[in-house]
Amino acid sequence: MTARSVTEANFDQEVINNEKTVLVDFWAEWCGPCRAVSPILDQIAHEHADKLDIVKLNVDDHPGLAAKYQITSIPAMKVFQKGEVVKTVIGAKPKPALEADLAAYLA
Amino acid sequence: MRQIIIIGSGPAGYTAAVYAARANLQPLLIASSVEAGGELMNTTDVENYPGFPEGIQGPDLMTKMQEQAERFGTEVVYDDVAEVDLTGPIKSVTLGSGEKLEALAVIVATGSAYRKLGLDDEERLSGHGVSWCATCDGFFFKGKTIAVVGGGDSAMEEATFLTRFASKVYVIHRKDTLRASKIMQDRAFANDKIDFIWNSEVVGILGADAVEGVRLRDTVAGTESILELGGLFVAIGNDPRTHLVHGQLDLTPEGTISVGGRSSKTSQSGVFAAGDVVDPTYRQAVTAAASGCVAALDAEHYLSILPQDLLAKASETELATVTN
Repeated sequence: MTARSVTEANFDQEVINNEKTVLVDFWAEWCGPCRAVSPILDQIAHEHADKLDIVKLNVDDHPGLAAKYQITSIPAMKVFQKGEVVKTVIGAKPKPALEADLAAYLA
Repeated sequence: MRQIIIIGSGPAGYTAAVYAARANLQPLLIASSVEAGGELMNTTDVENYPGFPEGIQGPDLMTKMQEQAERFGTEVVYDDVAEVDLTGPIKSVTLGSGEKLEALAVIVATGSAYRKLGLDDEERLSGHGVSWCATCDGFFFKGKTIAVVGGGDSAMEEATFLTRFASKVYVIHRKDTLRASKIMQDRAFANDKIDFIWNSEVVGILGADAVEGVRLRDTVAGTESILELGGLFVAIGNDPRTHLVHGQLDLTPEGTISVGGRSSKTSQSGVFAAGDVVDPTYRQAVTAAASGCVAALDAEHYLSILPQDLLAKASETELATVTN
């Protein structure tokens, strides 16, 4: 399962007003570590579909949202609950490390 | 059981794989889950790797090396190594997934990791204006004043690259001369957006939620000053990545894996090391590739004089794996 993309237009609907916990993966085509972590996020999305929604936001296409959330390093993974950022993970990490960082939102 | 496992997927790992695969050793290469391709994956123009007169992008070069290794039968696994046991005639390598692999020979080509400044606020502000990767993060510093710390080729490359985005790039260096190659220095000196701050080291990073500046100390006069910045890129060198083999392989005083003379032979028979993890001095893509070749040839020779029964074990298991 591939995490779906969100845009400026549907960010409120998909993320801010989402009743589930949502992880937004801020990424770009030119970012090697983003491409490396992407399949890992897809796996986590698949394995924890009941707990966590995982979506991707392309920072090239949506610089406004990248600026709003003060992104200065990607991949940046921000966990949203009820519209608020509750956790930020920065940088590509192996799956076990990422799962440990996100443990509170996966169980 | 395998004949040979290669740990690492930079120029050393892939060159070792090309040679080992062409020697029909059916190597298994463990590439890492998120750092596959190694340091060149975060590099743009590679202009000093022979055979590419127009230069080549780092990620493209690594893709080509991987394809070349796979063409001759290298199997690539995208996982990390959690643990190794390099003692005894049969070596074991445990992956992040928990899977345990065995081989008669292991090539360690784990490269090096970015060196940190070692400041209190560095970790806290990492990802909030402190970065180790200009190609990853430069985009977010459009129109800002930023600084690169370091005096080597990678510092010059990052500073030059960052002028595409930033309005001003300071290079902060603790000496008054650069370690970088002449061509990289000249490029940086000629760039109007780059200014050098000599004889200065960063002793503090300022900012509550994001980098707002740095505290500098003049290494000659000892005086301190504040420089306002929107971002700080750290390019002060790399440290060999040896944590996997600590206590199992001898290290040099510089912290690299100790190898015998011009060979790749480590203190453990059947274990060979190549690339940045053995090299405190040159650390180029081409020197890493060359040492990967040396490691594969050393491993090939080691395997050729092993007792027949051990070798038979390795090939039996491989056949079994294929038929599964």
